[in-house]
Amino acid sequence: MNSHLPRALGGKIVTRPYKLLVGLFALAMLLIAWRMVAGLGATTAMNDGYPFGLWIAFDVVTGTALACGGYAMAILIYVFNKGKYHPLIRPAILTSALGYSIAGFSVAIDVGRPWLIWRVPVYGWRWNFNSALLEVALCIMAYVVVLWIELAPAFLEKWRNAPKPRLASIVGKTADRLDRLLPWIVALGVLLPTMHQSSLGTMMLLAGDKLHPLWNTPLLPLEFLVGCILMGYGAVTIESCLGSLLFKRRPETAMLAKLSFAAAVTLWLFVLIRLTDLIVRDQTEAMFAGDLYSTMLWLELCLLLIPGIAYFWPGVRTKIRHLFSGAVLVVLAGAIYRFDTYLVGYNPGNNWSYFPAVPEQLVTLGLVAFEVAAYVLIVKRFPILAGHSRAETA
Amino acid sequence: MANVDRSPNLPANGVSRRTFLEICSIAAAAVGLPASAAAKIATLVQAGRKPSVVWLSLAECTGCTESLLRTSMPALDELILDLISLDYHEALMAPSGELAHSSLRQTMEQNAGSFILVVEGAVQTADGGIYCKIGGETALELLREVADAAGVIVAIGSCASWGGIPSADPNPTGAQGVPHVLPGKTVVTIPGCPPNPYNFLGTVLQYATFGTLPTLDGLGRPKFAFARTIHEHCPRRAHFDAGRFVRRFGDEGHQNGWCLYELGCKGPQTYANCPTRKFGEIGAWPIGIGHPCFGCTEQGLAFRVPLFETVEIQRPTPPDTYPSIASDQGGVSPAATAVAGAVAGAAATAAYLASRKLGDLNDDGAGGEE
Repeated sequence: MNSHLPRALGGKIVTRPYKLLVGLFALAMLLIAWRMVAGLGATTAMNDGYPFGLWIAFDVVTGTALACGGYAMAILIYVFNKGKYHPLIRPAILTSALGYSIAGFSVAIDVGRPWLIWRVPVYGWRWNFNSALLEVALCIMAYVVVLWIELAPAFLEKWRNAPKPRLASIVGKTADRLDRLLPWIVALGVLLPTMHQSSLGTMMLLAGDKLHPLWNTPLLPLEFLVGCILMGYGAVTIESCLGSLLFKRRPETAMLAKLSFAAAVTLWLFVLIRLTDLIVRDQTEAMFAGDLYSTMLWLELCLLLIPGIAYFWPGVRTKIRHLFSGAVLVVLAGAIYRFDTYLVGYNPGNNWSYFPAVPEQLVTLGLVAFEVAAYVLIVKRFPILAGHSRAETA
Repeated sequence: MANVDRSPNLPANGVSRRTFLEICSIAAAAVGLPASAAAKIATLVQAGRKPSVVWLSLAECTGCTESLLRTSMPALDELILDLISLDYHEALMAPSGELAHSSLRQTMEQNAGSFILVVEGAVQTADGGIYCKIGGETALELLREVADAAGVIVAIGSCASWGGIPSADPNPTGAQGVPHVLPGKTVVTIPGCPPNPYNFLGTVLQYATFGTLPTLDGLGRPKFAFARTIHEHCPRRAHFDAGRFVRRFGDEGHQNGWCLYELGCKGPQTYANCPTRKFGEIGAWPIGIGHPCFGCTEQGLAFRVPLFETVEIQRPTPPDTYPSIASDQGGVSPAATAVAGAVAGAAATAAYLASRKLGDLNDDGAGGEE
């Protein structure tokens, strides 16, 4: 493995697609400025019935699940001690760090009084320890910090070779200290998502009768936890495939094929929990009601079952194309599950409805564009992706 | 009555200095004067520089005087007489007849241009004012004469302010309020039937202490007392906003203290500080005891609009406290669906193209090198 240490890709940063991404991000920043001046009512479709919308359902709830690649890989590598996947961890941590940072930023523009959000971590004497929302807020804030510390070696490795000797020595000392600290940071990096990803489920459990019975289950926290690990594997696979495509690297087919086994196990665990829960809670009638809710449920399940069955087909897991398609379906299913729980299955009553307004969508698009642009910039300048990685030899 | 010694004889009245200062504080607070004003009032009163007051009683029932005297604070009636120098008041003064009249003349001469003229009761103007005569003069003549020499004119009660009950239809004696009879002169009006004694006392004490009058509205009413409607600060306002109305006296709502609007409460159109200042100091005011406000301070309401007729809500304030029953419930805009569709379509196309291109890559690692 040591012969395949990560290294910076190099190459030109500002390309035409890069300019497009930056343009989308600039547009999003303008819209965010408008939101700060004119308020949420003027810029979003949120209302008294739906006090949360796309920014929470996608940027935070779905976005952090997509950013769970770092968490899912950490479980595999550090908890199950599968060192062979090590080349996948750094890009996964980078995606996680970017995704969680964007999620935190989205919360900051989504809350009614953004200028007071700093009080959440600071005003410890006012914490309500029974609040799931507080737990999510603190966990996500802490996890963002943990992720960037986990990623810090990538930056320090580059800077310790800096031409200025003074800087290099400071960076070197920091890196050495960080090395000793890293096991604890990694442990925190596994603990924190376990806490807040399940709490994201708890929050909709608190919605009570407003949430449709197909999603309203005491197992919601568990389903969110398993779901985020599943989406994390999917995101890592997609990211690796697109990386191969965009940066013209060798596809990590063999490693991804092995990863897809872990994904398949998680997938079937999720489906099993979901179906068992629905049957035990006697919701078969709602499952086959033929309405919007049952349609959405079967959409989720079918999107999972296709890769769930295909993964056990020998020919499928050896083809990078099928691994990619399977990961896309898994991620899509996980995203729909989360949208269903937060928006589709949520009914505040009396004619309330919600569909994200144009500025809302453009802000989300711009933030995703920023994430992609930042990812490209960092992998080109810092040692993130494993050089000449050939999974077979790992 | 115009005796030389005007210092308050407090011990004789059984009032301690503490109680005396308390009364000064209450009087100062009533008009929103700063706390320091209480000390200043006390100093001025003790120095014997009490404001000289001439009180004219015209077409009235003496209810205003009664309200001033029958307050529940211990010995407040006496303190009112101590805080001001009541030099002429037909109902309260000891002399009568010619002696009383000479007292009036003497006060007017000694305090020309500085004494406070308080008028209680309406001025009857029909037939040259012959329906009310005092000491051989018509009330109209007497009022004009005294007003010319007064420093400030205060019309106490609804009758003096705008005519009150004597001016009720068909008004055979042509009863009018003091401002109507004294055009061009500043007349402070303290309407109410009866008025709150603190509104009067505060106004008078501010003038005596600082030489100024409180801010007045277009009808000469001190804004500290008459700037808001009863409805705005009504203790039953929450019931109005929630739509809980008393339908008849003694019903469930009435027993539970609901809103009296449908019984004809004039609170929404009546400007007065009854809900905050309370009345008669013990909270006994119409709405407080379960009776609709009858609009005693308002010329257009009292003794004109029937007691149980409802009034229009003229100033529905503040609108943002009403429950939002018609707020935007959300919807789907065509532009939003178009953008969402475009983004989803682009993502799906990108995913499909990526999977196609991935299929072209050689899984054995023969894909293009950097």
